Amino acid sequence: MQQSPDQIRQAYRQMRLIREFEERLHVESPKGEIAGFTHLYSGQEAIAVGVCENLRDSDFIISTHRGHGHCLARGCDPKGMMHEIYGRADGLGKGRGGSMHIADLDKGMLGANGIVGGGQPIAVGAAVACKARGDGSVSVSFTGDGASNQGTVFEAMNMAVVLKLPKVFVLENNGYSEHTGASYGIGGDLKTRTEGFGIPVWEADGFDYFSVYEAAAKAIDHARAGKGPSAILATATRYFGHFEGDPQNYRAKDEVKTFRETKDALMQIRKKVTGAGIFTEEELDAIDDEVLKLIDASVESARNGPVPGADIMMSDVYIDY
Amino acid sequence: MAVLTMRDALNQALHEEMERDPRVIVMGEDVAGGSGGSSGNIEAAGGIFGVTKGLKTKFGADRVIDTPISESAIVGLANGSALAGMRPVAELMFADFVGVSLDQIFNQMAKFRYMFGGKAKTPVVLRMSMGAGMNAAAQHSQTIYPMLTAVPGLKVVVPSNPADAKGMMKQAIRDDDPVIFFEHKALYSKKGEVPDGEFLVPFGEADLVREGKDVTVVALARMVPFAMKAVDKLAEEGITCDLIDLRTTSPLDEETVLESLSMTGRLVVVDESNPMCSIASEIAGIAASKGFHSLRAPVQKVTAPHTPVPFARELERMYVPSPGDIEAAIRRVMEGV
Repeated sequence: MQQSPDQIRQAYRQMRLIREFEERLHVESPKGEIAGFTHLYSGQEAIAVGVCENLRDSDFIISTHRGHGHCLARGCDPKGMMHEIYGRADGLGKGRGGSMHIADLDKGMLGANGIVGGGQPIAVGAAVACKARGDGSVSVSFTGDGASNQGTVFEAMNMAVVLKLPKVFVLENNGYSEHTGASYGIGGDLKTRTEGFGIPVWEADGFDYFSVYEAAAKAIDHARAGKGPSAILATATRYFGHFEGDPQNYRAKDEVKTFRETKDALMQIRKKVTGAGIFTEEELDAIDDEVLKLIDASVESARNGPVPGADIMMSDVYIDY
Repeated sequence: MAVLTMRDALNQALHEEMERDPRVIVMGEDVAGGSGGSSGNIEAAGGIFGVTKGLKTKFGADRVIDTPISESAIVGLANGSALAGMRPVAELMFADFVGVSLDQIFNQMAKFRYMFGGKAKTPVVLRMSMGAGMNAAAQHSQTIYPMLTAVPGLKVVVPSNPADAKGMMKQAIRDDDPVIFFEHKALYSKKGEVPDGEFLVPFGEADLVREGKDVTVVALARMVPFAMKAVDKLAEEGITCDLIDLRTTSPLDEETVLESLSMTGRLVVVDESNPMCSIASEIAGIAASKGFHSLRAPVQKVTAPHTPVPFARELERMYVPSPGDIEAAIRRVMEGV
């Protein structure tokens, strides 16, 4: 653990923020106020935060179908996100994007994506811009085990190698592609596949913030140094269904319970930092309280946010038409 | 004013815009060509139709990017680099290859700005050759602009002559919205006068290329020179037509079409695409809903048949609407049948 207490506090807070954001949506979703599909990131917090804590403002990220965690880890405004998920006129996407399309270009966050595997080629394009700037910035794409079987990901990897781009592929294996096990859907394995393109892969325990942070630091340094693309492979699980309302008939009865009790990312980081005497339980509890208040306020504000009208529907299709 | 082919007019536009703005980059299969080859020639192709010739020699490999054959990744490169501040001009070689990159076009570039709260700017130009005329058959000859015209968020450009090609390419590169730029491959070698230097053709403004009083003929791309032949021939018999070159299908200049129709009362629409959901259908629909009281005869649609583009010379000739077909349609509309 070479990070400063401030860095660790920030990482812990970000992970807690994602956890509580998603747990709260899980509670709010069935109430019927949130329209459309919602895909929750609980269980995978250490991956988004472990990667994003290595990034600079000038870097880019692009997310997946399961995008809330990446957005929050990148510093998107939780309240603006919540308003977007509730379809409000003052949400990050003005109520036109919703959960699957949250983005904040001001944060270098190029969007969650409704198309599985849609983001990777775009992130390679952002890496072209990073290379042209020549300031050491990098472009990071998050890719689930499901998206890993899309041809776009192979195209993106090959293109990034051919053009020697500062591009970091974060492969997140949460065990399931929708309702089908990753062990069924992936021919070969993700590490060997990626290495087959000549991309070095650093593996991490996706439940362990420090493990991800260190793997990401190496992969990102590689790309920043102009050595071409790199990858991180992190394995974790998702605590909820593919989407909210998924009955999860494909999972053994106690699978999630066991993960929560034995591997949970928040539990692990708490244990490590209190064990090492960096923070006390009380100090971490205080962070938890602050986060919970923020989530409460965000949900309350989103529930009462302005409903978008026809002017919003009709604007921003073009800049000039 | 120089006389240039459409190929050279496009090439001139690319040179001028790359010179003007360092954010303009070019990418695609063989846009330079020669990378990794044994000849050492770093510009072995210059684009398979020669449109990007000389760019790599002048602007270097960082701005003129040879890519593998990976259409999704090519359009993705354009999309991501545009979101991150560049002004990419990507080439898909053949419009038919939209089939292997459609997600990046209609789910991604077209929708970023809308989905992302109006913050995203995606100034992509996606160039592609289109059209029959080279016996390249069903997977290398289609005119798929109707499909992309239907997508909100995209602008669609279909030039018919070298001057418009230059002016609209320069406009497209400076445009902050994504632009799909269709280049008809049978027009690449056609010559015309092209203004030197700064010359922009705004989008959404059709061009009235012939003026007449009897019939309104609407055409686009290669169908414009074909329609000119028919219109000029009939003028000798005293049948005169307004000939409107749409130039862009999105935005679409309805006003010019309806204004002409209100004078002539007769409409012929010429479109190289298949007939269903075509630009011809769209224009006919606009006439029916907004110009109904002007119509003195049924609208005549001149399109390709509802078949894939066939290979054999005789078949391809039959497939593509000809000046003779256009002439016959004008005569039909004059007879009111």
